[in-house]
Amino acid sequence: MGQIIAGCLAPHPPHLVYAENPPQNEAKAECGWEVLRWGYEKMRKHLKALKYDVLIVHSPHWRTQIGTHFLGVEHLKSKSVDPIFPHLFRYNYDLKVDVKLAESIHDEAKKLDLEVKMMRNPDFRVDYGTIVSCHMTNPDWDVPIVSISSNGAAQYFSFDVMQAQMFKLGEATRKAIEASGKRAVLLASHSLSHRHFVLEADPPEDMSKEHITHHGQYLWDMKMIELMKKGKSKEMIEILADFDEQTISEANGGGLSWMMSAMGFPTYPAEVYAYGTVIGTGNAIVEWNHLEKGVE
Amino acid sequence: MSAKGVLKGYLLPGLPHILLCPEKNQNWMQVRKAFDRVREEIQTSGADILIIYSTYWPSILGHQIQADPSPEWVHVDEQFHDLGSIPYKFKMDATFAEVLKQKSTERGLHARTINYQGFPIDTGSVVALKLLNPNNKIPAVIVSSNIYSDRAETIVFGKAMADAIEETGKKAVILVISSLSNRLFTKEFNYAEDKIHSLKDQEWNDKFLELLSEGRLEDCSQLSRQFHREARIKKVTNFKPFWWLAAVMGQSNAYSGEVYAYAPLLGTGAAVAGLTPGVEKASDLEYDEENVEKYSGDRHVLDISTSIPKPTQDMPEMGPEYE
Ligand SMILES: [Fe+2]
Repeated sequence: MGQIIAGCLAPHPPHLVYAENPPQNEAKAECGWEVLRWGYEKMRKHLKALKYDVLIVHSPHWRTQIGTHFLGVEHLKSKSVDPIFPHLFRYNYDLKVDVKLAESIHDEAKKLDLEVKMMRNPDFRVDYGTIVSCHMTNPDWDVPIVSISSNGAAQYFSFDVMQAQMFKLGEATRKAIEASGKRAVLLASHSLSHRHFVLEADPPEDMSKEHITHHGQYLWDMKMIELMKKGKSKEMIEILADFDEQTISEANGGGLSWMMSAMGFPTYPAEVYAYGTVIGTGNAIVEWNHLEKGVE
Repeated sequence: MSAKGVLKGYLLPGLPHILLCPEKNQNWMQVRKAFDRVREEIQTSGADILIIYSTYWPSILGHQIQADPSPEWVHVDEQFHDLGSIPYKFKMDATFAEVLKQKSTERGLHARTINYQGFPIDTGSVVALKLLNPNNKIPAVIVSSNIYSDRAETIVFGKAMADAIEETGKKAVILVISSLSNRLFTKEFNYAEDKIHSLKDQEWNDKFLELLSEGRLEDCSQLSRQFHREARIKKVTNFKPFWWLAAVMGQSNAYSGEVYAYAPLLGTGAAVAGLTPGVEKASDLEYDEENVEKYSGDRHVLDISTSIPKPTQDMPEMGPEYE
């Protein structure tokens, strides 16, 4: 039987890829955001040893109001240019999609009455949230991905409606993975607090200018991380709507809610690899590891 | 006062159905025909620049200005990918973009030009340029809608655009790409049965259409906050296109207005409307005003026995029977 072996909060500021200077990215940096990048490095090594078959990523930057969409083209190759930070992220990607698994999640979600759709257009450009989280988790790109859109229900209806949908989507994801026989790693691709600076340092990697936008955001981020470290994922999800409102968080796309549901709301402590700010936003790299905690 | 150099301003919807599948709904086809009419007008207007403010292009680091002289890509909408791909090659006025950046900076704004191969030009701008300027006869410039900027900053950005038009001496057509009510259906449905998502949205759209048909742009601007509360999903902080358009065009009601088409588009309000400065159908004058820039004395509007000054649009042309 297939299994979710781990789930990770995997934020996607393009700054992290920029600072890594991979050959795929046209923009070049001197350095920057090391704590977060080294956190990713540790998580990457740890996950690699678990030998996973697929990365399943939920991204808030693929926004589809009419339901949840899934990449449904085996091979996608193009250039992703970040519309907000084009000077930092112009990334030539070449990736494989596990279409069979994507279809199976799609089908399971449909059974639960969720509005779903497969994306079949070969010219489609993969969003930068998906690419950054996947690159930072697996820069070798030697494992296929499943990419899931976010449907904006938090804005259209309410945070609670969004969460109710994400819980179902999580359930569908788990069922499909179990049926697939694969070892899957889930990625919730987003920051915690998300109030940006509206100006940028020159150069952007000038770390003397990097800090949280304000202390209130920091306190909220620490509260969330404390709950993660204590294994209180249900409590974390319960206060997520308040957290979101207070910190203009990126959790409103639904990634964390989806992942926690898929993982059955873990009660063991998560591994926090790093916390750091990027242009004022709060970002944590966190892993829940079912395999090591003996969760079936 | 209308801004110098602005020939006309338009409000246009930005969903890709108008370009890719208008035939799927007869009302969408009316919107498409309205685009065709706008194209005719623009192409014969003598304009030497098309200026686009797109609510489909959000920015965070101040205001972004497209300055790639020749952007080229095969665009696919992130949501409506099944409607097909849109190959494009456009012509941008990079020099104008630099002037605008300069003018924005002079007015205290943070602005920058964007010139990167493969930059994702938003669906709304792609649809407008494909339909309205198919041969790239008129160079364009596109500006972003800054997520964090509210009314004050958006209006100043509009004024910076007016400065740039004046300084370059360009004859400009302004395109604002936005729906009116923006509540989209969240489930697939039969396109032929499209309707405005709710009655309340419809009523607010009607109010704005009435104002637009009377050329009352500044009134649309003043009502934008209210409209956002009543008829808009809070995807962004506020409803800014009319703040910006009014600031570019002179913050008045002195335009001739026309609604070319209006239709439900996946539940949202898709309107094609045009505003022409200088042809004062609605004007910005109250009943006792002749000129809002210069006071020329009491017009004795309540005393019918005195000689009547030149009428405004709000007063009937007075024939001899009134003398
Ligand atoms: Fe993001």
